[in-house]
Amino acid sequence: MLNIVVCIKQVPDTTDVKIDPKTNTLIREGVESIMNPFDRYAVEEALRLKEQHEGKITVLTMGPPQAESILREAISMGVDEGVLLSDRAFAGSDTWATSYTLASGIKALGEFDIIICGKQAADGDTAQVGPGISVHLNIPQLTYVKKVEKLENDLITVERLIEEGYEVIESKLPCLMTVVKEINEPRIPSLKGMMRSKKAEIKKLSASDLDVKAEYLGLDGSPTQVVKIFSPPHRQKGEMLEGEVSDIAEKLFSVIKEIK
Amino acid sequence: MDYLLTEEQKMMQDLARKIADEKIRPVAKELDETCKFPYEIMKVLADSDLFGVYLPEEYGGFGGGVFELCLITEELSKACGGISVCYAASALGTIPILIMGNDEQKKKYLPDLASGKKLAAFAVTEPEAGSDASAIQTTAKKEGDHYVLNGMKHFITNGEIADTYVIIAMTNKSKGARGATAFIVEKGTKGFTFGKKEDKLGIRASATSELVFNDCKVPAENVLGKEGTGFIATMRTFDMSRPGVAAQALGIAQGAMDLTVAYAIKRRQFGKPISRFQGIQFMLADMATEIEAARALVYSTARMIDAKKGNVAGVSAMSKMYASDVAMKVTVDCVQIYGGYGYMKDYPIEKYMRDAKITQIYEGTNQIQRNIIAANLLKKFRKK
Amino acid sequence: MKVLKNIQILEDKCVGCQACLGACPYGAIYMEGKKAKIDYDKCTLCGSCISKCKFEAIKIEKKAGFKSAVSLEEAKGVWVLAEQKNNKVQSVSYELLNKGRELADDLRVELTAILLGSDIKEEAQCLIHRGADKVIIIEDTILNHYQSGTYSAVIAEIIKKYKPEIILSGATTIGRSLVPRLAIKLNTGLTADCTALEIDKEKKLLLQTRPAFGGNIMATIMCQNHRPQMATVRHKVFAEAIEDQKRKGEIIEEKPSSELLCSDIILKDIVEEIEETINITEADIIVAAGRGVGTKENLSIIEELAKALDGAVAASRSIVDAGWIPYSHQVGQTGRTVCPKLYIACGISGQIQHLVGMQSSDVIIAINKNPDAPIFKVANYGVVGDLFKIIPALIKRIQSSSK
Repeated sequence: MLNIVVCIKQVPDTTDVKIDPKTNTLIREGVESIMNPFDRYAVEEALRLKEQHEGKITVLTMGPPQAESILREAISMGVDEGVLLSDRAFAGSDTWATSYTLASGIKALGEFDIIICGKQAADGDTAQVGPGISVHLNIPQLTYVKKVEKLENDLITVERLIEEGYEVIESKLPCLMTVVKEINEPRIPSLKGMMRSKKAEIKKLSASDLDVKAEYLGLDGSPTQVVKIFSPPHRQKGEMLEGEVSDIAEKLFSVIKEIK
Repeated sequence: MDYLLTEEQKMMQDLARKIADEKIRPVAKELDETCKFPYEIMKVLADSDLFGVYLPEEYGGFGGGVFELCLITEELSKACGGISVCYAASALGTIPILIMGNDEQKKKYLPDLASGKKLAAFAVTEPEAGSDASAIQTTAKKEGDHYVLNGMKHFITNGEIADTYVIIAMTNKSKGARGATAFIVEKGTKGFTFGKKEDKLGIRASATSELVFNDCKVPAENVLGKEGTGFIATMRTFDMSRPGVAAQALGIAQGAMDLTVAYAIKRRQFGKPISRFQGIQFMLADMATEIEAARALVYSTARMIDAKKGNVAGVSAMSKMYASDVAMKVTVDCVQIYGGYGYMKDYPIEKYMRDAKITQIYEGTNQIQRNIIAANLLKKFRKK
Repeated sequence: MKVLKNIQILEDKCVGCQACLGACPYGAIYMEGKKAKIDYDKCTLCGSCISKCKFEAIKIEKKAGFKSAVSLEEAKGVWVLAEQKNNKVQSVSYELLNKGRELADDLRVELTAILLGSDIKEEAQCLIHRGADKVIIIEDTILNHYQSGTYSAVIAEIIKKYKPEIILSGATTIGRSLVPRLAIKLNTGLTADCTALEIDKEKKLLLQTRPAFGGNIMATIMCQNHRPQMATVRHKVFAEAIEDQKRKGEIIEEKPSSELLCSDIILKDIVEEIEETINITEADIIVAAGRGVGTKENLSIIEELAKALDGAVAASRSIVDAGWIPYSHQVGQTGRTVCPKLYIACGISGQIQHLVGMQSSDVIIAINKNPDAPIFKVANYGVVGDLFKIIPALIKRIQSSSK
């Protein structure tokens, strides 16, 4: 039986998070919290592997108590169990502390065959946590996976996206993979799944349930720190071209010629 | 307005809305242009367990009723009335089996319809029998253990796509209104073929086709109810399905209005957004009020039908008539607010107007609905 | 009430200006009377509020935590992790050397490049010509093609030996797979996708600036107590260092311990997908199509314009979803980020999700028939008109000049 763990994260819906350029403060009206879009692909891939190979999927997240909602969303898609790692001690974690904490959470769950993560989180956008977990757990990592070609006898073969095309690489299990959007199309939850997720019991783990050292957690365990936030340089509205089509074409051509 | 939905109803509504926004909206324009049937979306609805919301749990459904069917139809219609009708019309074809079928028939047909594995269609209308349903000419002659069907149906939604059809045919012309019988006919039955697929003004993603019966042998166990109860089956089916059409109309109206309000806020003329002009505001206010009134009527009717409280024919007709008239008025006004852009196919609003029209016509024209409402009203007064 | 041990609002300094409320991305600050209070259930200690408070009323305390593999006192030198494919150095490495040189000069330290491969001695000279004072090379057949296990093990060992204070790497598929592993192995901090790097002269620390929240916000990050300070930078963010063939430097050959050279992943094949059109993230000129182009067939005029300009064809999400063009052409939040010299947006409305993928292009030209399209807010040149008239006219004009 295949034991799959999927790490997911609750993020603000990033299209809504903006800085007001006049006041330089964050505009946050009604910013919804959602499952990190890339993680939905990770959950979907886990579901497809389970459909082919028989197994169990546990979905894991590190976050504040409200992160429970994304675990339930994953259960409504068909995942078997949801685990929430939540503790004030985890607050302030950068990717180092986050990958350490998640790795400890995974160890606390027991045996696993594959860990699947989304490529990156839509708020931090760093893509560091997946590889970080694999180092903490000392297992091979397969990043940018766009297709699982084969999974058989404890060996997995995948296609890994690179700039000029893709690699075909093979690894022993257990291993960790991060997936890109090309890999699948995430399913919409079913009504039965939603009913199930409503009743599901979410397992909650705090720092005391994990085998962790305090100096590796939260803010203290984070080598990097944000010192400033500001809005990106604002593009000014440019020139509107008017007139006959031929005049416009002429003007555009001269602009292009200058650039070339 | 908060209609005090239960948590489960809210879940269904959210799920339908998600599917509408993520799956239907991106393809609505293209399917309207190409008239291609939305197979992928039907699969998504099936995988999400939405086909069975109004069917009993013992057949794989959710045990809900007409109200849940309306909630889902409305949400899907906000994105596209043509795609939502494929879903709703399957319910129309399933309801006769639900209310008139015996245990064997229900066990045989309902599970696949509840799971969305198969689609259904309901066929009464013929070239010479529209509003005058009693004028149907398709015949069903009993021959031993089966019936032989001959004739033709047209304007059938999900025609050729559906696997399971409920056909109303004349078994005994001399008995008039008691001479029709409802049959379950499966696609692929010898003698059952399909004719023309219609090119429509609106709801173009849905398939509307002719059904042709040429010595089509249908086993006697496929009779729904008893011989002669065909028009009763039809009336009782429409009593339950009318709120579904009303919900479709509601969704079309709401979807159109939502787009129009957003447009009015963005569109600037005379130095300000047109939403600041009282003329526009009055139009929007009227739209919003009429839609809410229609919704209240449709939801109350649906709840009443599910509670099996008394005679629903009158209010069922009211909900369909009112909601569809509102949808037509609202969508025409929405195009008006969009102005010149409203007339262009590049903009999504003209489609809503084209889609709205049919809701005033099918499943009983609004003139027939008025007949029903008046008849019910007068009957009540005569009793006193 | 439980408090977060690291953060507190100093009530005597708080004047109730509410600036911090607006700064918090997680809605974790609220007012109680005239004083700001923190909702510890929502606070993630991101520190955004601190930079906003003009009265120094918010304090985040951070203990030193764990120690990095390289100590603060010993760390010295700026490094660049150079990348090679088929034993040819990739241009992103030259871009990093350019910035690395600047940082090294600011700190008055050496700039070193490190390169792994199977036959790279010659290429190592190119790195010196582009500004490196030293190049450390590690040659072995197994290092010919990038593999996450061996590369991270080998490089970590070298870093522990030489102890640099700053390491720059490309945010390429190699970099983004490799460098996070190094950061964990070395117990140090990493900032990915930096768009700006500079030295804080006072603290002699690297200030790393990068976009967050899909590009809607910029954040400046420091790694104060751990070494090396690691940063990755995307291709084409910095300009390449100029080549100086006369430049001289030192090449150091290192031989890592053999157990580090075993790979836990087997490379079975490399499939190159050479597209007819250029890889959009590399292109200098991009012509992008949106819903306004109308149909899949109409894409031909976009392709024609791209061809006339020697550029690449890109797409908004809606036409990729509609199946007119493959996902590899998609620009935007859920697609690729591009920063070409010229981006011509045709029939694209300019929703924020698309803009985050292209708004750092040098020059943006937008053609759309809707005057209210948001794309015009970021375009240097906007045309409200029919793209089916303007693009053919433009193509004609381009072709007539080349005759």
